[in-house]
Amino acid sequence: MADQQPGFSTLAIHAGAAPDAATGARATPIYQTTSFVFDDVDHAASLFGLQAFGNIYSRIGNPTNAVLEERVAALEGGTAALAVASGHAAEFLTFHALMQPGDEFVAATKLYGGSINQFNHSYKNFGWSVRWADSDDPATFEAAITERTKAIFVESIANPGGVIVDIAAIAEIARRHRIPLIVDNTMASPYLIRPFEHGADIVVHSATKFLGGHGNSIGGIIVDGGTFNWAGDERYPMLSKPRPEYGGMVLGETFGNFAFAIACRVLGLRDLGPALSPFNAFMLLTGIETLPLRMQRHSDNALSVAEHLQAHEAISWVSYPGLRTDRYHNLAARYCPKGAGAVFTFGLKGGYDAGVRLVSNLRLFSHLANIGDTRSLVIHPASTTHRQLTDEQRTVAGAGPEVVRISVGLEDKEDLIADLDQALAAA
Amino acid sequence: MNHDSYPDAYIRSILQGVRTVAIVGASINPARPSFIVVKYLAERGYEVIGVNPGLAGGTIAGCPVVARLADVGKPVDMVEIFRNSEAAGPVVDEALALEPKPRVIWMQLSVRNDEAAARAEAAGVQVVMNRCPKIEYGRLSGEIGWQGVNSRILSARKPQLSGKGFQKLTIDSRR
Repeated sequence: MADQQPGFSTLAIHAGAAPDAATGARATPIYQTTSFVFDDVDHAASLFGLQAFGNIYSRIGNPTNAVLEERVAALEGGTAALAVASGHAAEFLTFHALMQPGDEFVAATKLYGGSINQFNHSYKNFGWSVRWADSDDPATFEAAITERTKAIFVESIANPGGVIVDIAAIAEIARRHRIPLIVDNTMASPYLIRPFEHGADIVVHSATKFLGGHGNSIGGIIVDGGTFNWAGDERYPMLSKPRPEYGGMVLGETFGNFAFAIACRVLGLRDLGPALSPFNAFMLLTGIETLPLRMQRHSDNALSVAEHLQAHEAISWVSYPGLRTDRYHNLAARYCPKGAGAVFTFGLKGGYDAGVRLVSNLRLFSHLANIGDTRSLVIHPASTTHRQLTDEQRTVAGAGPEVVRISVGLEDKEDLIADLDQALAAA
Repeated sequence: MNHDSYPDAYIRSILQGVRTVAIVGASINPARPSFIVVKYLAERGYEVIGVNPGLAGGTIAGCPVVARLADVGKPVDMVEIFRNSEAAGPVVDEALALEPKPRVIWMQLSVRNDEAAARAEAAGVQVVMNRCPKIEYGRLSGEIGWQGVNSRILSARKPQLSGKGFQKLTIDSRR
């Protein structure tokens, strides 16, 4: 009989943490240290050779970061996780573990603009090519796969907001082609959606957003679902081949169903270095303790605000899957029955200029580039986060000239509605 | 015993209850799990004997190596098998022929032979399959958490330091 699985709220507080063995400290200590003492040379050699568990140097691993890693792995239902400096770093190290020069991956067009830029521009330096597909039509993913395709990448709830992706349908395509499905679960958080339950193999987060929840610390997480069989798969040499960095060890063999997370750590993070500060890890995991409470309030507030905007004369459309009339409502009912999240877009009848005026007139919403804060946030993507895209890319990404994106916070919803009303009236 | 998933209490009682462990298929290659497990268990206080005809008479991580299980020369609490699933069958039968029988037969990650497991259980031997004792010890002690692995252990009690150097925890019950 398997052990009973604790509930989500219990995991959010306790997973990965225990009173400090040396001092009994209950809150997770911030191990603000670069290095860790060895017992002797043999102990050091064991650690460097991945023969013993332990900490060597905070670029590679840190006990505070480890609590965050185990916490998010448990919440997502994964086998292990790796905390890194940012969501961008999480994406980068994930692809670094999967891709060789000349390889391809298929990504949804509906993505955060920063991911689009990373895939379209920086990845060219490594010879990694992206092919785009429409997450509303899983068949377009199938059509984009070639013999060089090594992964598929989608967001669960997609930026700039209001798009729910049919993860299971795309996971089925990935499975048939024996390639891993990576899901960026930033906008949903594991409270609303757990992509592994729908067939994802790897989950990434910008922990900066809803996981940390308070807009104070940048961080990223890679979570290993433990479902992909790397052993003997020559297409993924980081996991299947004897690694010269570790005396010929085959990571996929030694580390079983958490080998992917280990590979990202001992190969990518070790050599490329985007380490997360232990202080940031502490802030992020403190925020995670209230993740269930916050995500529910975010979603409930967002629904109230969306309903209000839908009836507003200055608004031409609202894209929020929590609305019964929304095109993604059925997918939302299936994938995130607790709520559709905090982030959505709406269109202003006054177009680009009305968008710019709105963000200038709001007094309680903060105009900045972020989502997933306790504070309500607003941005006009066409003039900011998606500015570096072409007109066509912006439209395809749902960031046309009249689009405003808000991330609804935890304030009293009456105050948020009042602020939007006054700002729309002034526009 | 359902071999698809083991309760933590089952694994913990096995790892706490055995002392002498024979490792069939032990290797001197420090990059292979069949070396690393020998070393890890020896460092945690188990008496480990390697079984590998090609290395008999030598040592692996300071532990003696014999050619066959029957050559161990003393009672063995647990036999661990680092062979493929099919080859594990005859090894289980060798283990069951030992006098006294081992209390536990453990098959490494990716090794699973249900027929052999049934024979062992019928003879009163406990069986674990498709698991790595280093990973399980790391999970139950909490050490594996340092590598960001989901130990699936939730506790508000302090883990027990082993007292033998830094960064070593034990699987003793937490007080």
